[in-house]
Amino acid sequence: MPAERIPPGSDAPAAAAARRIGVQIDGVTKRFGAFTALHEAWLKIEQGTFMTLLGPSGCGKTTLLNLLAGFLEADGGEIFVDGQLMTETPPYAREIGVVFQNYALFPHMNVARNVGYGLAARGVPKREIAQRVDEMLALVKLADFGHRKPKELSGGQQQRVALARALVIRPKLLLLDEPFSALDKNLRGSMQVEIKEIQRRLGVTTIFVTHDQSEALSMSDRIAVMSAGRIRQVGTPDEIYRRPTDRFVAAFVGDVNVLPARLERRQGDQASVLVGGVRAQVPAETIEGLAPGAAVDLFVRPDALAIGEAGGGVPGTIAAHVYQGSHVDMVVDCPAAAGGRLLVRVPGTEAPGLWPVGRVVGIGPTAGGVAFPPEAA
Amino acid sequence: MRRPLSHRLLGLAGRLAVALVVAFILLPAVVVTLSAFNDKAIMSFPPTGYSLRWFARAFSYKDFATGFRNGLIITAFASTLALLVGTGFAFALDRYSFRGKRTLEAILVSPLVIPHFTIGLGFLILAAQIQAARTFALVIATHVVLVLPFVMRSVYVSLRNLDARLEQAAASLGARPGRALVTVTLPLLLPGLVSGWLFAAILSFNEFTASLFVTAQATQTLPVAMYNYVREYADPTLAALSVVYIVVTATLLTIANRFLGLGKVLNVEHAR
Repeated sequence: MPAERIPPGSDAPAAAAARRIGVQIDGVTKRFGAFTALHEAWLKIEQGTFMTLLGPSGCGKTTLLNLLAGFLEADGGEIFVDGQLMTETPPYAREIGVVFQNYALFPHMNVARNVGYGLAARGVPKREIAQRVDEMLALVKLADFGHRKPKELSGGQQQRVALARALVIRPKLLLLDEPFSALDKNLRGSMQVEIKEIQRRLGVTTIFVTHDQSEALSMSDRIAVMSAGRIRQVGTPDEIYRRPTDRFVAAFVGDVNVLPARLERRQGDQASVLVGGVRAQVPAETIEGLAPGAAVDLFVRPDALAIGEAGGGVPGTIAAHVYQGSHVDMVVDCPAAAGGRLLVRVPGTEAPGLWPVGRVVGIGPTAGGVAFPPEAA
Repeated sequence: MRRPLSHRLLGLAGRLAVALVVAFILLPAVVVTLSAFNDKAIMSFPPTGYSLRWFARAFSYKDFATGFRNGLIITAFASTLALLVGTGFAFALDRYSFRGKRTLEAILVSPLVIPHFTIGLGFLILAAQIQAARTFALVIATHVVLVLPFVMRSVYVSLRNLDARLEQAAASLGARPGRALVTVTLPLLLPGLVSGWLFAAILSFNEFTASLFVTAQATQTLPVAMYNYVREYADPTLAALSVVYIVVTATLLTIANRFLGLGKVLNVEHAR
């Protein structure tokens, strides 16, 4: 699901600030005993960007977030926020807003005092606190909830309070730590849209940590995919999805099929590969150094495969149809593919009639994919 | 649909068993309470006539009055000191990992293992060496050691239940450590601190075995005074005093539970 576009005009502050670097992470390393949670992370984030750290649990994304917030100390490297060196700055002096996974609202304070906490800590006069808290609660659509205690609120409302509390201090950077994982599925979608909208309107640089690739694709301006303590690729959602530069990224983000193929030839920054006699275009950069005829693995999205009569492409047998409304997911048994199965996404709803279960077919790529050298066995 | 007879009989037997156990637990308190109202000068059960004279004697007997006052002084100092020391240790054990942590933990809970008379005797021998055998300080020091494990446990459980992210949230919002401590950590720990203090106070006030060794005539606590009384007299004054004890303790705990929710303090609610 693509992120909802914000009406023109509200883009202006974000665009004006877009040239300056909001966050710079220079070779940051973090070890816990013998385990290295983060290997020399390098990342630059422009001001006003919504940047997502995406990866499976244990990939180092939460460690990086804690380093940014100052809850952990790095073993090497430097962190800059708005050009200021932060590495040695204690958390209370960083001007960074954090929305925690469990929201971490102060249970003994009402909503207004929770939201006003950061202002009170800064010695803002009471009258101004009340005014800014009211404004912020109105922004998150909780104008009449100031006197309630956190436990009297629903999960979604608690999340809005946590967001308001983090934003009211006008942070230089907003950190979101898996904020949607505790919400049910319906609420999650609407909160994603809402948070994204508020972030765009305020133009605050945001780093969002998640393991959910669809969340990352729908909300982010840019995504940094992480695994095993390393940043694998940084790019726009479309770059990450269409042009992964790394096997891990290709497999982790979105559904993907892996087919054995052969490099035919390269032409500039493009190359062609043959898979079951069918030609597919791939970027050349991921298979540099391979000679024509070399074996490669072709990573191809389910909607970039087509089903044809047996004899063309890679042979397979229709195993199941999964009706999805606007399209049908066809599961195809295919001994040649990694895992022995392929997922083919066919628009419309005619495919099951054309290709019944048990039918022997040929599968070929229609659009491009990405090829990588085969994994060293 | 009616349940089979065997099930109903089992249900009945179960309820009977529970009732018997509860009755057994309450039995001593019931017997003592009834004897307290006996009009005869002997502790007999069941009483033959009723009177409040033993309550009057309990309140007017001079050793009980001094014992009560001594007990309050000792309890106040001992539980407050134990709270300060115990809170410090609980923080250290919860927040930091250091060499010998397990050993320290074991030593701090050791008064649960070492008999009270051993502790009392040990302190008495030491105090005699420095001519401090008849002081309040000796009794207070002994009580601190005795109640420390309970205080520490109570504070430690509250600390475990405290979400570390709340303190991180306070820090990220600009609160320096001192401010976060006063506005977030301490208010959330308060039930644990108060109930830890309360348990320590009740234990200290009721403590007999170690107190018997370390108190002198001038510093004797109420339980010791009661023991001395029962060696001389056999009338129901002690029973009357016991009733007062039960009522006061139950009232204190009910109030504490009402305002603090003691259930929260006695269990670790969730892992962090």
